[in-house]
Amino acid sequence: MRRRIQQMRKRLLLGGVIATALGASMLGAQSTSTEDALADYRAMFGDDNPAALWIARGEDLWKEARGSRKVSLADTCDLGLGDGVIKGAYAHLPRYFADTAKVQDLESRLLTCMVKGQGMDEAPIVKNRFGDGDRKSDLEALSAYIIDASRGVAMDLPMTHAQERLAYESGKAIFFYRTGTHDFSCATCHSQSGKRIRLQELPNLSVAGADARDTYTVWPAYRVSQGEVRTMEWRIGDCFRQQRVPELVFGSQAAIDLTMFLAKNAEGGKMAAPGLKR
Amino acid sequence: MADPMRIRATLTGDTVEVKVLMSHPMETGLRKDADGKLVPAHYIDTVKASYNGKDVMTAEWGPAVSKNPFLAFRFKGGSKGEKVTVTWHDTAGDTRTDEAAIQ
Amino acid sequence: MSMSRRAFLQTGAGATALLVVAAAGFTPRLGLAATEPAAAPDPRKPFQGHTLDEVVKAMGGSNAQQSSEIALQAPEIAENGAVVPLVIESKLPGTRMIAIVSEKNPHALSAVFNIPEGAEAYVMTRVKIAETSKVTAIVQTDKGFFYTDQLVKVTLGGCGG
Repeated sequence: MRRRIQQMRKRLLLGGVIATALGASMLGAQSTSTEDALADYRAMFGDDNPAALWIARGEDLWKEARGSRKVSLADTCDLGLGDGVIKGAYAHLPRYFADTAKVQDLESRLLTCMVKGQGMDEAPIVKNRFGDGDRKSDLEALSAYIIDASRGVAMDLPMTHAQERLAYESGKAIFFYRTGTHDFSCATCHSQSGKRIRLQELPNLSVAGADARDTYTVWPAYRVSQGEVRTMEWRIGDCFRQQRVPELVFGSQAAIDLTMFLAKNAEGGKMAAPGLKR
Repeated sequence: MADPMRIRATLTGDTVEVKVLMSHPMETGLRKDADGKLVPAHYIDTVKASYNGKDVMTAEWGPAVSKNPFLAFRFKGGSKGEKVTVTWHDTAGDTRTDEAAIQ
Repeated sequence: MSMSRRAFLQTGAGATALLVVAAAGFTPRLGLAATEPAAAPDPRKPFQGHTLDEVVKAMGGSNAQQSSEIALQAPEIAENGAVVPLVIESKLPGTRMIAIVSEKNPHALSAVFNIPEGAEAYVMTRVKIAETSKVTAIVQTDKGFFYTDQLVKVTLGGCGG
């Protein structure tokens, strides 16, 4: 219902109604609650998400011959559907890859392609995994481009390999594991529906359902507060930071397994990323 | 070298709407980095858009325009297939020009 | 590639006479204003103002009038003050400039948009707002300066996303 109202508002806003509403504070007059006002705020961004800049850069990086082998990812990188195939690829990740004999999420798979396939140096890629202004992250740009190519595709993880099932179970265990100085788990904040912290809604990510689908499918997202596109690995890492537990190691099995748990709970949700977050 | 802008120009009736996304940090000069040091001001201070050799928008900006700026404007008299050119200039002396065909 | 702001403004067939003249705006500060009566105000000077009045004055005007012919669309609540989307449209005849002011920002003026002949008095952009405050849209026409404003509440809440 909420989504329909948002879409309606968006059409109204984009449809030139503004011109006929001269002098009236249109949004102010219509909003009845804080949540409606926030929905209005988000609707004002329309389709003009700055993530488009990351997608464009990611496309260039994907097609460019790079590394000591001077090959492009478009020619050599298999994200699960064959070399260079990106359409729909993200909707089936994380998954088991025979060449590395492990379950990988998008970021860790991209790293494999860049290091093993292109012959690039791993350390600087990982060090620069999260961009900041002029210091841009190749991984964030590539992720934005690849995930955009799954827009509208439903999340579908077959879980046919034993290691994929193991990754899910392991991710679930981590999700519910209480630890750290605050004795927090992911589930402390994300196992009930309809809760919020201050103005932010806290989605229930502990079970398959609408909350899990609506949340997973909009990441990565252009994070307004940072002016950067952030990936799922970044988001999970930020939850760890807020729990005051040691940093989640980028590309680690723990990060991949947690992603697997969240991705499976989002099964059936149609990808709508890169999204836009406060 | 700054990243390319993303420009979309759409003709509806006799009006062209141009939407531009620019890649720029738009540093205010008031923000501190992780080490507590002020990040120097660095922002786009001038934008101009032209069509057929004629200005259709010029702008002066301060640091309060959001990071990765978005700008939309409209003008009359454009034709499909013709190009709209947008140029920005920033406080570091960098400049970038991109163009897009009207659709 | 690097070039001075002045050189930038003077290159390209598209530069308007106004901007070219404005780029030479240092002359008044050298005490030469009297000998150059045609010099337009320095386009950067309004960015030093802290209030609507100071900004309008630096633009060469005074006593801006409130007008219902300017439509300012701004969110009632901005989830993040770093990005506040705005749509401004003027129905005032002869609109040649639209500007955005937030008086609680370190400097009040956010942006100035010059509307050449043939362009519509319409602009959509996104600005930073330091704290909950009124956002003001200024419009300049042949008849002077006009404005309208709207309160935007800025929230920074929670940790999730």
